[in-house]
Amino acid sequence: MSAANVYVPVKEDFVPAPAEYTENAVQEAAGGVRHEMLKRFFAYKTSVTGMVILIVLILLGLIGPHISGHAYDQQNLSMANLAPRVPGLASLGIFDGTETVPKTDGAVRRNRYEELGVTDTYYIFGTDNLGRDMFARCFMGLRISLIIALAATAINLVIGMNYGIISGYFGGMTDILMQRIIDVIGSIPTLVVVTLLMLVLKPGMGSIIFALMLSGWIEMSLISRSEVLKVKELEYVQAARTMGAGHMHIIFKDIVPNIVGKLVTQIMLSIPAAVFLEAFLSFVGLGMPAGTCSLGTLLSDGFSNAMLHPYKLLPAAIIMILLMVGCHMVAEGLKKATE
Amino acid sequence: MAGYLGKRLMISVVTLLFILLILFLLLQFMPGSPFNDEKLSVEQVAVLKQKYGLDKPVIVQFFRYLGNMVRGDLGVSYSLSPNTPITDLLKNRFPVTIKMGFASMMAGTLFGLILGFLTAFFGNRILTFIYNLLTLLGIAVPSYLFAMGFSYVLGYKLKLFPLLYDFRAAGITQVMPVAAMSLGVMAVIARFAKAEASEVMKSDYVQFAKCQGLNNSTIILKYILKNSLMPVITVMAGLLVGLLTGSLVIEEMFSVPGVGSLLTNAISANDYSVVIALSFIYSLLYVVVMLILDLLYCLIDPRVRLGGKPE
Repeated sequence: MSAANVYVPVKEDFVPAPAEYTENAVQEAAGGVRHEMLKRFFAYKTSVTGMVILIVLILLGLIGPHISGHAYDQQNLSMANLAPRVPGLASLGIFDGTETVPKTDGAVRRNRYEELGVTDTYYIFGTDNLGRDMFARCFMGLRISLIIALAATAINLVIGMNYGIISGYFGGMTDILMQRIIDVIGSIPTLVVVTLLMLVLKPGMGSIIFALMLSGWIEMSLISRSEVLKVKELEYVQAARTMGAGHMHIIFKDIVPNIVGKLVTQIMLSIPAAVFLEAFLSFVGLGMPAGTCSLGTLLSDGFSNAMLHPYKLLPAAIIMILLMVGCHMVAEGLKKATE
Repeated sequence: MAGYLGKRLMISVVTLLFILLILFLLLQFMPGSPFNDEKLSVEQVAVLKQKYGLDKPVIVQFFRYLGNMVRGDLGVSYSLSPNTPITDLLKNRFPVTIKMGFASMMAGTLFGLILGFLTAFFGNRILTFIYNLLTLLGIAVPSYLFAMGFSYVLGYKLKLFPLLYDFRAAGITQVMPVAAMSLGVMAVIARFAKAEASEVMKSDYVQFAKCQGLNNSTIILKYILKNSLMPVITVMAGLLVGLLTGSLVIEEMFSVPGVGSLLTNAISANDYSVVIALSFIYSLLYVVVMLILDLLYCLIDPRVRLGGKPE
């Protein structure tokens, strides 16, 4: 075929489709998929249960510290080490503040509320060894742990997602270089990173978040990279590129909305991981400083007292288990819905 | 294969060098110096510094440090037990931790495989429910919470197992810590085994074996188990990391004289040299295990060798 026979397209041959038409069609198609995902998510019993657990916990974290009538850090040494006493149930003989205390010559049942003559006082979860209300402390701890976990996860998401997208989207040398860096950083155990950082930094919420951030973004970046690699070769992204869309447009308008499902799943898995690490730090003595509280400090204080006063450990442990299980249930539902 | 091996080895070596650099820098920034004694005159400090090579440029110091670490000289403890070489501190503790980790890994893998395969083969309602409950709890709940529960209920209330570790009766005193650590391993392995087995059961060759009239037990033993067992190795790397972290807290709880409790003690005693030496040991262990598992994975699944290029 000679060159003269080849039709050379001119500019007028390409008429852009009416903007409102394409926009609507794309929106509707995407909306349909998203709607389908949500429907699947809510049809799955596990994920709905998980959602309910998490919502209840978040509400309790918000209002819990303020509804018992005692501040979480208000000390009252005359009321120290009281067992749980719940209004209403106390008259039935359960949760009336009676506890079995082991002594060298056998166990003794005693009710310290009656001994102190304060039978009209109720501490639903009891008090700790400084007379602070365990109910307010547990939910304050939940709040602090949630703040730490959410902040760390949000930072991880921003760093990890961008790192992964840049690495996967641009490919080539950029990708190789960025992945080698990940290989090295990812080979340092989280435990070592977090422990060493906490030794150098001042103990407190900011340091814990920073330490969690340094180790948590890698997983997030690996996931977004692999998702980007899958999505970027699909027809619609190629089409967008052919139509002259810029990198920023393709990344944020075409790619990001399609990897959100996987990222949200990963978020639901990094929250419990952060709570876990925070509690771990408290156990090894690098957690939140004395005076403040978090699920980790409550657990480690509670455990040292658990044999004498098991009620000091139980509520915090149950809250933590519910939080972990709730997040994993939601993550499982998301995984199923996005498959 | 050789190329892949070389690449993985390079990455591991660079990682370890990087970790050593970080650890060295941390030591430089730690407050105080070994010669903080006011009684020492300036000349004496200079003599001491010359003796220990601290008057040399930082670069020279780093390479000396590197040489010592590689040769297995981890330095001495400052405050936990002053002037004891850290290698001596580790000598008795290391086997304890390794044994406990190994036992947890084995127990978790064994029960996980049983649970996963049973659910995949005979997935009736009760079994599936137990499987769902156990895997969810095992994956979500941290090992230290299991340990707390076990030590209160089994140890304190029912008095079935001793609460604290005793080296004279290492077997029975290790039951609770090992059980607490293996639950997480069990859950992950069970999920993986079930997914693998279900996948293999749907495969053409198993369908074909069925069509040929082979009985179920032959199919399960000869085809499904054999082909779904090997990939389980690949999830073990992640589990090992969890065990390392978990063992730290759990050793402390049950007073197990292992590496983990040494690290917690060193942290609370501000014994930086011990903390840093242990960080290096943990990183070394981790990097080596990851390397071994990667190579195993590559032997099992030849596609990895092609440099990750799918056909």
